[in-house]
This record gives sequence, C-alpha cells and structure tokens, in this order.
Amino acid sequence: MFDFLKGPVLAIQEFYLLFGSALRNLFRKPHYWDDVLIQMDTIGVGSVWLTSLTGFFSGAVMALQMGHALAQYGQTGRTGQVVSIILVRELGPALTALMVAGRNASGIASELGSMKVTEQIDAMRALGTDPIQKLVTPRMIATAAMLPALTVIADLIGMFGGFIVGYYIYALQPREYWSTTWKALVWSDVAEGLLKPFIFAFVISLVGCYYGLRTSGGTQGVGRATTQAVVTSSLLIFVLTFFITKFFVSQSPQ
Amino acid sequence: MTSGNPVEARQDQQFSDHESMLRFEHVTVRFDEEMALNDVSFDVRRGETRIILGAAGSGKSVLLKAAIGLVPVASGKVFLFDQPATNLPEAEMFAIRSKVGMAFQESALFDSMTIAQNVAYPLLNQPSIRRKPDEARARVKEALEFVELGDTLQKFPSELSGGMRRRAAIARAVVAKPPLLLYDSPTAGLDPITAHTIIELIIKERDLDSTTALVVTHRYQDGSLVANFRYNSHSGLLDPFREATSTRFMVMREGKLIFEGDQDELEASRDPYIDKFVKHAD
Repeated sequence: MFDFLKGPVLAIQEFYLLFGSALRNLFRKPHYWDDVLIQMDTIGVGSVWLTSLTGFFSGAVMALQMGHALAQYGQTGRTGQVVSIILVRELGPALTALMVAGRNASGIASELGSMKVTEQIDAMRALGTDPIQKLVTPRMIATAAMLPALTVIADLIGMFGGFIVGYYIYALQPREYWSTTWKALVWSDVAEGLLKPFIFAFVISLVGCYYGLRTSGGTQGVGRATTQAVVTSSLLIFVLTFFITKFFVSQSPQ
Repeated sequence: MTSGNPVEARQDQQFSDHESMLRFEHVTVRFDEEMALNDVSFDVRRGETRIILGAAGSGKSVLLKAAIGLVPVASGKVFLFDQPATNLPEAEMFAIRSKVGMAFQESALFDSMTIAQNVAYPLLNQPSIRRKPDEARARVKEALEFVELGDTLQKFPSELSGGMRRRAAIARAVVAKPPLLLYDSPTAGLDPITAHTIIELIIKERDLDSTTALVVTHRYQDGSLVANFRYNSHSGLLDPFREATSTRFMVMREGKLIFEGDQDELEASRDPYIDKFVKHAD
C-alpha cells in the first residue's frame, strides 16, 4: 500500500548514512588534505567572481527598490540599514548558496557520477581507498570552510552595490550610508548570516556527492544526477532558510 | 616483472601449488529483483588461468566484482586465499584486496592523475603494501615498461589511446605483484591487433610471474590464445604450447555457470549457446 514511499525513505536513509560516514571520517585517518585544498580552490576561489557579482547586483537592486519606497516616507537615509539587514540575514546567504549550488553541486555530481559510470569508484575501492574518505569528506570540509567566507564577501560587495546606487541615484552621503549600514547590524544578524551558509555547505556538498555516487545509466545518468543535485540542493536551501530564520526570529526580543 | 630481490618478490610466496585462490560456494547476487549471479560455485587453484566466457549481461563482470566484495553477495560464500571474504566490512576487505589486482573493463584510470600516479596508486594508498615514494617510483617504471608504456609516465589517461589505457590499467593491476589477477573484458571494444597485444601481455604476466588469473571475455579466441601459447622470454614472442590443466574455461549464461572444463571439453560441448561462442570465433 505504501510502496510509493519506499524510494524516498530509502533515499533519505542513504543520504543520512553518507552524512554519518563523511562526518565520522573527519576523525579517522587517512586525511586527504591535498584534496581538501584543491576543492577549496575549486569551490571557493573558483566561485568568488560569481558570488561577488551576485552580491553586488542584489545589493544594488535592493537599494534601488528600498530607496524608492523609503523616499515616500522621507526615509531615504535608512536605505543602507535595510540593505545591510536583508543582505546579511537573508539574501547574502541564500543567493550565495544558490550560486554555489548551481556551480558546485552540479560539478560535484557530474564529476563523481562520471567516476561512477566509468568504474573509477569501484577501482578506488579495489585499490584500498574509501571513496567517501577520499571524495566526499574533502568536498564537505572545503565547502563548509569556503561558503561562509564567500557569503561574507558577497555581503560586503552587496553593501557596496547598495552604496553606489544610494550615492549616485539617491544622493546619499557616504558617511550617512555606511554608518546606518554598520549600526543596523547586531551580533545575532552576523550569527544568522554565518550559520546559514555553514549549514547550506553541508547540503550542497553532500547532495552533490550523494547524487554523484548513486549515478547509474551511463552519460544520460550523469546528466540526470547533475540536474537532481542542483534541484534538490536549491530546494533544500529555501526550506532550511525558512526554518533557520524562524528560529532566529523566535529568539529575538520583541 | 620477475626479480631476484627478496623485497620485490611476489606476495604469493606463502601459497602452496594446490591452494585455493578463489572459491565460490553457491553464490547468488541480486540487484533489486534481478538475479545477476545465480547459485554459482567454482574453485580456482594457484597457477590456473580461468577464461570466463558469456554474452553481455550474463554476469561475468559481476562475478569478478563479487569476488573482491565490490558488490554484496545475497547468499552463498566467497573465499579468497582460503579465507572467508563474504560481505566483510570494507576496512577488512582492503587488506584482502591488496593481494588481488583488477583491470577494469573501461580501464577505470583516474582522469585527474597522470599515468605514473595511477600506477603508483596501490603502492601509496593500500596500507598493507605501502611503499616509500622512491621505491614506488621504481616499481611504477618497471610495471609500465612491462606493458611497453615506459614513456607515458607524465601523460594523462585522456592523452592515451584505448589500447594504451588498457595496458596502463594492467600495469596498475600488476604493480604490487598480487598473486591473483582479475581481468574484466580486457579486449572489449579493441581492434584485433590491439586485442592480441593485450592478450600477449596477459600471457607474459602469467608465464613470467606464475600468476593465477581470471579473464572475462566474450571472445573465444582470447581464451584459445591463452590456452595454447606461452611467452618466450628469450625471443619476446609467443610460442605454441599447451599445458593441459592450467587454463580452464567457464561459460556464464543469465547469471548461471553453465560450463566448467578445459578447452577440449568446451569444444566438444553440444550446448547450442556454448557452440555459438566456439564456432563464431573461427
């Protein structure tokens, strides 16, 4: 009767097993630090331009909209405040994670998927290496280290994008913009802004690895795994954004 | 590949001539509802070469993967070197697998590594046979020269032809001098000349190092070549030779082992499925 649930339940179980193994490997030898550095370069440094541009234009667009709306109440001066809160709390982490998911969850899934269909994963096991230790854990560590950093960069560049709009379109004074931007933020905003990308990093890396490692059906299967990795990780980013935000909202004083 | 250096000696010194190298006892492997191996039993003794024939999807590759625990066994028992090796934890299997070299169907070389790094991989990553980098480098060079790819050390797999990749995969399989070698369709998709070169290498490895081997193929002529020729180390060529018991044939069909015997028995078989393999080879 509930046969249709078997697939999703099995998938969730396999995902948690992968997550557990990847976490356990953090405390078990051997550690492939070379692979961690290579992945930090690929995932982190390789995504800087993408996430920076995303941050810049989202900050600029937000300032454009907010400046226009606040002008009706004579509060254009608060543009920086609104931009910084929304960027740091919500848009910075979510948009950066979505960009990294699009670029790296797909990259991870296609790379591991290709290795799976060409029997390189089997070869790795036959040659005495745990593929989770060698492939999954380094990608998880690298993403967890780089995504919060990318988010901070995107937030700062987004604030700068907002400033450019505020300065040239709404004639805001630099001092006015940056002081309201700075003062608007409290420690819980920073915590929320860093916790989100840290959690999203696990989602992006593990979803990419999960779909990559379960690829079957040749090159067509690799394409399917890549699509599923991007769709699932993007969806999970939105769902988790809601729950993390809800937690922080419930913790903040009325 | 032979060497007088005791450090470089084969890993199989501890095995006697009649010792079982790989034994299947009523092994069944299932993928969902599909039966990939169905009640398969056989015993490979030291020094034997087994040619496993069968059509695509008959379970030949699954058999090799089940032998070293790459696919889980649903029922029955697998013994490697007379030790139980059925569904052991992965960490325990690593030690056993270090005594088995496997050349995969599509080479399965790691794309991101050079040929030298690929061949050195087992020597640097298998804890039980780990070598120092200098020692590994010398072994890698020796293994690549054995397959006549000594000038490809710094190339990437994508820079090699299909036949060269197969030879590099064989070098990776033999680099640690394992006592048991598994070749998964080493000639599949290759032109006849390259396929002949690959089989020559398998014969050379067998005769120089007295390796036990399982060779999966759908080409009867590959098996016939292995059964009827030996490597002449002086001339570097193959000489006609037939040793009655060292090469045995197995035929798989839809996951079942339907034939096991020597070449004469195979050719004398009246089974139409077996007949198709033997006749079509001419």
